Amino acid sequence: MARDLEAYLRPGIASTPFCPGCGHGILMNLILRAIDELKLDMDEMLFVSGIGCAGWIPSPHFNADTLHTLHGRAIAFATGAKMFNPKLKVMVISGDGDLTSIGGNHLIHAARRNTDMTVVCANNMIYGMTGGQAASTSPVGAVTSTTAEGNLYRPFDLCKLVIGAGAPYAARFAVTQPVSLVNSIKHCLTTPGLTFIEVLSPCPTQFGRRNRYDSPADMIAMLRERCVSKEEATHLSAEERKDMIVTGEFTSERS
Amino acid sequence: MDPGTYYLSGNEAVAEGAIAAGCRYYGGYPITPSSDIMERISVRFNEVHGVFMQMEDEIASICSVIGAVWAGAKAMTATSGPGFSLMQEGIGYAALTETPLVIVDIQRAGPGTGQATRVASGDIMQAKWGSHGDYQVIALSPWSVQEMYELTIDAFNLAEQYRVPVFLMGEEALGHLRERLEVKPRIRVFDREKKKGAPPFGTEKDDGIPPMPAFGEGEKLLVTGSTHNERGIRKTDDPEAQARLVARINNKILKNRDKIIQTESYFADDAEVVIVSYGFTARSALFAAEELRKEGKKVGLLRLKTLWPFADTIVRDVSSTAKKLLVPEMNRGQLMGEVMKYAACEVIPYYQTDGEIIHPYRIIKEAGSLV
Repeated sequence: MARDLEAYLRPGIASTPFCPGCGHGILMNLILRAIDELKLDMDEMLFVSGIGCAGWIPSPHFNADTLHTLHGRAIAFATGAKMFNPKLKVMVISGDGDLTSIGGNHLIHAARRNTDMTVVCANNMIYGMTGGQAASTSPVGAVTSTTAEGNLYRPFDLCKLVIGAGAPYAARFAVTQPVSLVNSIKHCLTTPGLTFIEVLSPCPTQFGRRNRYDSPADMIAMLRERCVSKEEATHLSAEERKDMIVTGEFTSERS
Repeated sequence: MDPGTYYLSGNEAVAEGAIAAGCRYYGGYPITPSSDIMERISVRFNEVHGVFMQMEDEIASICSVIGAVWAGAKAMTATSGPGFSLMQEGIGYAALTETPLVIVDIQRAGPGTGQATRVASGDIMQAKWGSHGDYQVIALSPWSVQEMYELTIDAFNLAEQYRVPVFLMGEEALGHLRERLEVKPRIRVFDREKKKGAPPFGTEKDDGIPPMPAFGEGEKLLVTGSTHNERGIRKTDDPEAQARLVARINNKILKNRDKIIQTESYFADDAEVVIVSYGFTARSALFAAEELRKEGKKVGLLRLKTLWPFADTIVRDVSSTAKKLLVPEMNRGQLMGEVMKYAACEVIPYYQTDGEIIHPYRIIKEAGSLV
């Protein structure tokens, strides 16, 4: 965490609970950076999270109202709070398993309703806290604690999913793209309706060690190599694009 | 509704009772035979400036209710067996986070999908033990349209007073029964206690109820379904924090049960056989007791308006003078087991799980044969 953002942390917070090399600390920093640049009042914000490593990004660290909910249900809790008190500025921060697998139904329905909140999905492509099981976001072939021979199933394209369900804005960036991420978070926090950001966040502990990224630095290097902008992606062949992660902002043609 | 006399269904009376109690958030999902509560709320909330959300499923419904309550609402949902099953994880979360809310369960014949339009009281034990872990709830059992209204108000008051989920355990036959409802000019409404800066999750006493702030009040609240200290800080491996929190959320209900529990007695003083009954079945039981008294048979009725916490000492007292207790239920003896735990005399069950109400003549026959 950058020192100048300490005012946004709950007094007494001395460290994060994240593993060495985890991207969630970077994401925590970038969310608070965006809030700081927008000069938002933390007393008007509500951070809602689910269960898993990413659920601990706001709770208890952020010095604001935080609601740490059941596994998968963060968006449903957030919907009730936001609809009853529309003055609350609501941000849901949780993981890929939480928001898109067990909580997938709530995600698409929030997108359909265009509920006024920002959903930040920290995607580490695996179930981290429970010991590295395959997720709905794990790449084909990924070795996990439940796919020793490699994952058989295709991962969700979360931005397409959310846009397809009706959200006006979705973005995908990795924690290796901090400037783009801060700008995207700022856009979300100042745009009405359901805004969604998928943040690729490395998990060296559970994903890296099983998939030949021996150190946190290797995982960062992998993200830097594989992330291409959507503009760059248009110049790639289907074969070249296969292993790439297309990043950028996506908007709905419907809205 | 203005004071006066109305002719409503039980489900409509629930919606009106909720509005009278101050409920202004409803999150729900359609399910027979409770949907008409949601339908009436969806219309009436436009008039009273409430927030109605039809959610994507019952899990989302209960979770949105909890979110709304922490945003300051009095809030509820209504459902039936399958939906009540889906809500159980949220109920445990509400119990642990001491979130006051009301769930109306209009019970239908189960298990499984069962018979959606038929009656049962099969969710009595689920109301007590449906979510994992050790916690307490309050469950009320109305027997008339009047009580569907009044006990809904009581349910909100108890939820606010004890910071606990409260269930109104209706039954299909009562939800769709139409009869007279008297709305009185004055009703008592209790609002949760607030105290700025006070710990929202702990008290010095081991049975205390902490004050409850809301989001947006500058309290920088930490609400979590993990074990936590009095300020909401997670304590996921601290034995003392776990022991203290679990003890308090149980004690605050159990130690106050004399204040919470409501029962009614009919012909009980000299009764040799006391029918212990609740809900719709108690209507048949009262008719049976009245008919048997006409024949000179000493039969009485103990009606439980509160199912949980259980009226243990009241049952014990009744059983110390009666010779036999008859427990007729639209399930396989769910509350009968609880009566047996505390009764000092013989307890005789009467089960009926055919999706029909228990007809008075069956109780007359059963109770009459015991005298």
